Amino acid sequence: MRKVLICAGTGCISSGSPKVTEKFREELAQRGITDIEVYNTGCHGFCEQGPIVIIEPDKTFYCRVEVDDVPEIIEKHLLGGQIVEKVLFHEPQVEKKVEKYTEISFYAKQKRLVLHNCGHINPERIEDYVVSGGYEALKKALTTMSSQEVVDEVKKSGLRGRGGGGFPTGMKWQFTKDAKGDKKYVVCNADEGDPGAFMDRSVLEGDPHAVLEGMAICGYAVGADEGYIYVRAEYPLAIKRLQIAIKQAEEKGYLGENIFGSGFNFRIKIKAGAGAFVCGEETALLTSIEGNRGMPRPRPPFPAVKGLWGKPTNINNVETFANVPLIIKNGADWYAAMGTEGSKGTKIFALTGKVNNTGLVEVPMGITMRQIIFDIGGGIKGGRKFKAVQIGGPSGGCLPEELLDLPVDYDSLIKAGAMMGSGGLVVMDETTCMVDVAKFFLNFTQKESCGKCVPCREGTKRMLEILQKITEGKGEPGDLETLEKLAYNIKSASLCGLGQTAPNPVLSTLRYFRHEYEAHIYDKKCPAGVCSALLQYKILEDKCVGCGACARVCPVGAISGERKQPHKIDPEKCIKCGSCMEKCKFGAIVKG
Amino acid sequence: MCSLVCACGKEVTDPKKEKLKELLVQYQGQKGALIPVLQGAQEIYGYLPKDVMEEISSSLKIPFSKVYGVATFYAQFHLKPRGRNVVRACLGTACHVRGGAKVFEAIKNELGVGDGETTPDLRFTVESVACIGACGLAPVIMVNDDTYGRLTPDKVKEILAKYE
Repeated sequence: MRKVLICAGTGCISSGSPKVTEKFREELAQRGITDIEVYNTGCHGFCEQGPIVIIEPDKTFYCRVEVDDVPEIIEKHLLGGQIVEKVLFHEPQVEKKVEKYTEISFYAKQKRLVLHNCGHINPERIEDYVVSGGYEALKKALTTMSSQEVVDEVKKSGLRGRGGGGFPTGMKWQFTKDAKGDKKYVVCNADEGDPGAFMDRSVLEGDPHAVLEGMAICGYAVGADEGYIYVRAEYPLAIKRLQIAIKQAEEKGYLGENIFGSGFNFRIKIKAGAGAFVCGEETALLTSIEGNRGMPRPRPPFPAVKGLWGKPTNINNVETFANVPLIIKNGADWYAAMGTEGSKGTKIFALTGKVNNTGLVEVPMGITMRQIIFDIGGGIKGGRKFKAVQIGGPSGGCLPEELLDLPVDYDSLIKAGAMMGSGGLVVMDETTCMVDVAKFFLNFTQKESCGKCVPCREGTKRMLEILQKITEGKGEPGDLETLEKLAYNIKSASLCGLGQTAPNPVLSTLRYFRHEYEAHIYDKKCPAGVCSALLQYKILEDKCVGCGACARVCPVGAISGERKQPHKIDPEKCIKCGSCMEKCKFGAIVKG
Repeated sequence: MCSLVCACGKEVTDPKKEKLKELLVQYQGQKGALIPVLQGAQEIYGYLPKDVMEEISSSLKIPFSKVYGVATFYAQFHLKPRGRNVVRACLGTACHVRGGAKVFEAIKNELGVGDGETTPDLRFTVESVACIGACGLAPVIMVNDDTYGRLTPDKVKEILAKYE
């Protein structure tokens, strides 16, 4: 029996998958075909190519499917058994069409463990999850293992916190387990606020039960009977699917009272965040659940000892919990066989920016950046030159080309001046200005600083002012030294992770791309042609044919000239929007 | 409390006030109720008017200063009326390097308002957000709950025209 799986993750929904689903159902009903099942799945992580339609068991992968393609897919493929060429994926590096998702290099070179269900099951049907081996790990833990054995298994697996800090998960569980108290909590941090990261959202939307199962196992291990999932308000679909998943799990007895007859009770509640990046910091998150302004507090005491409402609380990230069922089901040795010495298992990265294949990439720890960007990501868009990759969001750093062969794990990234962070990877080419990127991140952290401690509140503000000055061409000698001094002070004196890591994007760009800063300050030039205050648009007389297209799009009337004669841009009027350059077919307009 | 007297002498009830009352009853005595109550109240009113926050404060027995403090801390809460349609332009990392700022400029120019502002006819509220997690489609905007990706500044006009 054939199945049509249509992605209904946020990405594909926005590129029109609901209409495609509707059309499939409509067309099949019209033809009276009842033996082909059409259903929606969660995110595949290849959002760039959405809407994605997969035909099973053929493993055919159709992408960017429009409503008008549906009749053809039904007629030709489902009824005629032939592939519909025009909606196949076009592999950018080898210039050919690929039929099966197992052959697409974006997928073929990944190791999808945590994401194995995403895009292949219906996240709103618990049966799908159970059929794929779901809740077996919970059953195994509750019926054959003691709570200490579960903690030991997680310890032995070498799993480290996937929220970015990389703290050994088993150790954290042990602290919570050993903490004194009759009431304990498990909290799942789904406040994925890093710009450029969406792996938690995809797991919650594509395989919500995996997270619930991981939380329940954790509850049993540390002795908690209540769990909270703190989800970003910006993820309405994830919240909806979690609500459905919790209800179904309670109905089936995987959550609630006396699970698997073991006497273990566990309930999970959802808390919708209200929009504050700092709430991803564990103590701020707990304060927020309690109904206060989400401000961090000093540690120790750590949440494991004194967390939610003063009770011992174990808090882990979405991806960390999603790894737990795999470890319990397959054993710690199986898990620890993957990855590097200090970082085990796989990590999901959100690969975005100027790369051909953007999307979610799950790879074993220790893979090199080059393999991720070039083998899986298909290289740089438009054949441009790679300049840097930004890893770890606002708390991470930019790595240059010479570090592309660095094996990616927690420790190597820290050494290189970045950090794992939540796993956002933003690829940048020669048209990206590194000073602008640093300013972008600092602007973000400065806005999101909660204001509780002075180094972060005032320090990021001052750093941002200096960067602003540099990008406007008003930089002076000594600015870079001041930036560095501020950065180190903020890092060492801030209260929480937000402030302690906020200067990283600046420090890493200063370390690897100092010449760009210097070009802005001393030559008053932006080498990448991004910082508009340092740019001038010019028309090359020998290339201009005088068609007037540029003058027509100029929003401020800064371009003048006779027909068929070279035109001119008045630098006084020009607002440097770049419309003229985009419009010119003759390459006659340059900036610099 | 929830009834108003109409000019004709009849008492009319305000449905929004009724809903707020139900909400407050539902969360009465619960730990950590303030944020979900504010979220619910904003769902009812579209924003958080001062008298509603005062009502919440007295009902949950939380000082008004704290209610106000929480409401101003989180980006999701608004103390001023909002447009019927909310346009969120993503300026996250991926959108930033793929030209999100230009799309945002086009929106602001088209509607003649700045970041965080509402058009005088209450048709649109425009705001920039740090990341809506659809980075694969950068640059992205959201209008209400609809996401539009792979944008260029020239597509903005057409999208906005769909919303009244």
